[in-house]
Amino acid sequence: MSAVTGAVVDGEPAIELRDASLRLGGHTIWSGVDLLVGAGEFVAILGPNGAGKSTLLEVLLGLLELARGEVAVLGAPAGAGNERIGYLPQRRVFDASTRVRGIDVVRLGLDGRRWGMPLPLAGRLRARARSDRERVARAIEQVGASSYAGRPIGECSGGEQQRLLIAQALVQSPRMLILDEPLDGLDLPNQAGVAALVQGICRTHGVTVLLVAHDVNPLLPYVDRVLYLAGGHAAMGTPEQVITSETLSGLYGAPVEVLKARDGRLVVVGEPEAPHQHGPRHGHEHGPRHVLR
Amino acid sequence: MNPHLTWNLVADVRQLVEYRFMVNALLAASVVAVMAAVVGWFMVLRLQTFAGHTLSMMSFPGAAAAALVGLPLAAGYFAFCTAGALVIAGAAGGGGRRAPAQESAVIGTVGAVALALGFLGLSVYGGVLESLESLLFGSILGVTRGQVLTLAIVAVCVLSLLALAGRPLLFASIDEPLARARRVPVGSLSIAFLLVLGLAVAATAQITGVLLVFALLVAPAGIARELTPRIGAGLALSVLLGLVIAWVGLGLSYFTNHSPGFYVSTIAIVLYAGARLTRGLSTARARRGGPDAREALGGATDR
Repeated sequence: MSAVTGAVVDGEPAIELRDASLRLGGHTIWSGVDLLVGAGEFVAILGPNGAGKSTLLEVLLGLLELARGEVAVLGAPAGAGNERIGYLPQRRVFDASTRVRGIDVVRLGLDGRRWGMPLPLAGRLRARARSDRERVARAIEQVGASSYAGRPIGECSGGEQQRLLIAQALVQSPRMLILDEPLDGLDLPNQAGVAALVQGICRTHGVTVLLVAHDVNPLLPYVDRVLYLAGGHAAMGTPEQVITSETLSGLYGAPVEVLKARDGRLVVVGEPEAPHQHGPRHGHEHGPRHVLR
Repeated sequence: MNPHLTWNLVADVRQLVEYRFMVNALLAASVVAVMAAVVGWFMVLRLQTFAGHTLSMMSFPGAAAAALVGLPLAAGYFAFCTAGALVIAGAAGGGGRRAPAQESAVIGTVGAVALALGFLGLSVYGGVLESLESLLFGSILGVTRGQVLTLAIVAVCVLSLLALAGRPLLFASIDEPLARARRVPVGSLSIAFLLVLGLAVAATAQITGVLLVFALLVAPAGIARELTPRIGAGLALSVLLGLVIAWVGLGLSYFTNHSPGFYVSTIAIVLYAGARLTRGLSTARARRGGPDAREALGGATDR
């Protein structure tokens, strides 16, 4: 992490990354990244395509190993506490022919890993089935998706699908949400709606949120801090501290200018293109969306 | 034998089960219909209908090879269909991320090789092998008690596997990226499902013939999918439809003395067309009703 530091974190940090470097396919994606996120913080991860935003999330989930440095998530090694993390992977769209109800997709977030058949058995199992049903209903209500959760998810709009997927990430009552571009492909009112929804969850339930986004503007009213990844390095702080001409120019190693529009929106000018693809894993950043069925 | 269809259903059923070969045929068709309906439901969900159809073609060289070495034909069906499943699984990504374009190219090639091998087997062997016709279009009326038992054992294995792995398979089929992140063994499940599909297809092809697996494997699942988006209801409906198609098809064949394959497929296609039409009409009605009707359907429309 460079010059900028953020808010003071008290208590046990939710995420701790020390001097972390990631290499993939012989290329260094980023290095020297320090990250300290407090419990209940809402942090946006920003940066150009190929900067390694999604791979940072995969490190935190224990799906990728660091080349150097240390990582701890919810007080445990990365990957160990994944059932306490609600994860929303990047660019998922259910195509129109998907004939599965939204409520069933949400439910898979709860029991998709369980082996065996759900049978209407008596006793203890029945109680679990009822509590499962209640948790699914609560998660759907929390994101305001009750009116369309019974429809086939392929027939839902992009915004509706995104809310259902957030409900799926919420259904295990996680202590942390890791959302990879949940605003991608949504129109502006829906971007604001989803950002506000996520902030509400963060504030009322004390859930730590990491949210990857391309554009900081729809998030500005809601986030506590931002992590900006570019040029293989990271800067962390409040949006006013990080999204400045000086900090971004330092990260990119090239002159970048940040302009403030009259309505408070930030515009980054002169952002260099991502120099090259950092190996095969990054193809999907530019590739087609994951089409689900 | 000179059975004739009456308006008395009880009398008709009594005529149907008068002969042992017909009882065997009904039993075999029921077992296969249930298994194919469940496996088919997952297959349609996973968009692997093409793979299922191609695996059924593997039973053609399978039968030819079994005849050549003097094994029961069923052994050839099962061996070749599962081998085909492994080839498709291995060549189309080997358990890694599914690559649909590559997968369908591999499947098409496997299908062509299967037909060519089968034809070669036939010409080398020449003769005693069951007629090509019954191989391609089914020979259910000649099923023995032993074959029924074999089919039942395969069905129990296949259905138990699906019952055990049903939810993770559903998760991996509907939402692969998240399933992968949650450490569901997506790759192994994909291979295992192709194997199960191979077994189910080998069994179905013995009843409907290589070319008509559609009737019991695809149609019930396809119809159920049109009629309900619910998972449990869809599976149950699929099984029910499979049984109805198999029983009515066999019955009509018995009374009219035409091939069961014809009736089974025709019923399947008519039902499928009916289901598509029903859903099309209800969608159109909802649309014509304007925004109010859409809201009544439960849509906070923010598209």
